[in-house]
Amino acid sequence: MEPINIVNSKIAPLDRKNVDTDQIISKEFLKRIERTGFGRFLFHHWRFDEQGNEIPDFVLNKPEYQGSQILVAQDNFGCGSSREHAPWAILDYGFRVVIAPSFADIFHNNCFKNGILPIKLTEAQCDEILEKGMQNPYSVEVNLEAQTVTGADGKVYSFNIDPYYKQMLLNGWDEISLTFQYEDQIKAYEEKRVVY
Amino acid sequence: MGKNIIEKIWDSHVVYQEAGKPDLLYIDLHLIHEVTSPQAFEGLRLAGRKVRRPDLCFATMDHNVPTKNLPTINDPIAKKQIMTLAENAKEFGIQLADIGHPDQGIVHVIGPELGLTQPGKTIVCGDSHTSTHGAFGALAFGIGTSEVEHVLSTQTLWQSKPPTMEIRVNGKLGVGVAAKDIILAIIAKWGIGVGTGHIVEYTGEAIRSLSMEERMTICNMSIEAGAKAGLISPDQTTVDFLRGRRFAPNEENFEEAASYWLSLASDADCSYDVVLEIDADEIEPIVTWGTNPSMGTGVSKTVPTSTDYESDSDKSALKKALAYMGLEEGQPISSIAIQHVFIGSCTNSRLSDLRIAASIVEGKKVAPGVKAIVVPGSYSTKAAAEEEGLDKVFLDAGFEWRESGCSACLGMNEDIIPSGERCASTSNRNFEGRQGAGARTHLVSPAMAAAAAIEGHFVDVRKYVAQEV
Repeated sequence: MEPINIVNSKIAPLDRKNVDTDQIISKEFLKRIERTGFGRFLFHHWRFDEQGNEIPDFVLNKPEYQGSQILVAQDNFGCGSSREHAPWAILDYGFRVVIAPSFADIFHNNCFKNGILPIKLTEAQCDEILEKGMQNPYSVEVNLEAQTVTGADGKVYSFNIDPYYKQMLLNGWDEISLTFQYEDQIKAYEEKRVVY
Repeated sequence: MGKNIIEKIWDSHVVYQEAGKPDLLYIDLHLIHEVTSPQAFEGLRLAGRKVRRPDLCFATMDHNVPTKNLPTINDPIAKKQIMTLAENAKEFGIQLADIGHPDQGIVHVIGPELGLTQPGKTIVCGDSHTSTHGAFGALAFGIGTSEVEHVLSTQTLWQSKPPTMEIRVNGKLGVGVAAKDIILAIIAKWGIGVGTGHIVEYTGEAIRSLSMEERMTICNMSIEAGAKAGLISPDQTTVDFLRGRRFAPNEENFEEAASYWLSLASDADCSYDVVLEIDADEIEPIVTWGTNPSMGTGVSKTVPTSTDYESDSDKSALKKALAYMGLEEGQPISSIAIQHVFIGSCTNSRLSDLRIAASIVEGKKVAPGVKAIVVPGSYSTKAAAEEEGLDKVFLDAGFEWRESGCSACLGMNEDIIPSGERCASTSNRNFEGRQGAGARTHLVSPAMAAAAAIEGHFVDVRKYVAQEV
């Protein structure tokens, strides 16, 4: 997993609540057995019409948001299915950070396993950033070490993050290798485990 | 102060605990299906790792499998994914209920049927509806593919202990009102984010009186309320359901196991971080009208209007949802005509679901212009239904009777609702495009779906039930 600390980018404002993982990556793209290559299918039914043409109104199709690495959305981002294809698609498309007032649990967990930083800001802060980003391209610097999002206009937003997951992202740790260090504890648990 | 069941199961599964870290939890049962596992097995191979406890894993194919003309799989990509699971199960020594095997079915239907699902277990699966198994008083939750790989390698997961929530359902459910209506009412009342970050225990008189299959329907949709898991304390109903099942404790150990299970029930003096209450007698059969499961209302009501909402973002969400669904503000729910009926999914495809739907359609015909299918949740559910002649009831009424699988709940196989058409569905999600690009999904109970099939539009199923009493 690629470590992450500082990300400088304009934001892509997705002004929607309850963006579910069915929208992030639609079921017809879940049959592949690889982990990569899902970016081109990200938000497929919002990006393309039934003939496969780009829908110009959709934020990711607008020229001014091309190359963004920071997606900003509303409440309850990533709800629904557990499909990790959703963060895979987000990462493969080029995003490293998702900012929202809240995230669905499984999606939130999945981000940490893939080197994506999910940042929770308040609803008012997200509204403010979205508004700025929708008026004009708005660049921010995300600093995980400092736990800040700093706008090009000098505005600083601080965020909280679980220290364990922070270290995991900063170092790009492989969680399975870490857990192998607890082999003795796992064995001990298995020995006393009651099975009927 | 006593403990609730969530705390009891959590505390008994901690392998390692340290301040500033999540807990390392032991996993008792890992259910595996074809869609969310191939990358995990590939990860093991690339790192030269083994499956630590293949004996605690159980795999089946469900999401992709065709529900007719088996064993032919027309879609080459789906076929490859299905074959990949078979190869992985063989390579790593994991028990598999393959297509055509009598144990095959939707993973959340077969776990309980086989008795793999038991009170007090920690159960995970790369599927958000793993919460279904909570009906037995198990701590069961969906995980991503990286966590699937982690469980395969270590039989553990790092988990931060979430706050707990009690949802108490008081009183008695009315005749013709289903478990599905309870959970849809809960989500409609408090929203799809109400449980986010929490584990929910469902309690109260109305929950206690439910069968195991009805409890599974409730716990299944916990994720639609945002909860990490949802469970119900075990009682005699739980014990009776498990007795004699293949993977349940054998006769010699059963009583000891049963008394352990019953001891897991939440203590009378326990507490929760959040408590919500709803009265069962307030609940009527529910139909969703929008594009998330909280957008639902009673069948006797109307589609909301923008004046029902205060914030601009809620008003705009309503407009977006109604535009997608092709509905008008204020339109009566009973005026919504449907073209498809889907009875199936891990929410409502069990024998009792098929029985109630069959009792509604018996001796009647599916309305002209409506295509209705029944997809039993498992091979053995299908066999049991056929034993009772339910297949004939459905076929005589004009339904199709299919093989088991996830089917039109998410439309990964050929069972797709065409764009712009409307489906009364017993599944769990009405997201945009869930059942097919442009498809319009209305979530309902099996009885409501059956009644809609007959009338061609939504109708209060209590009318049918009352006639039969």
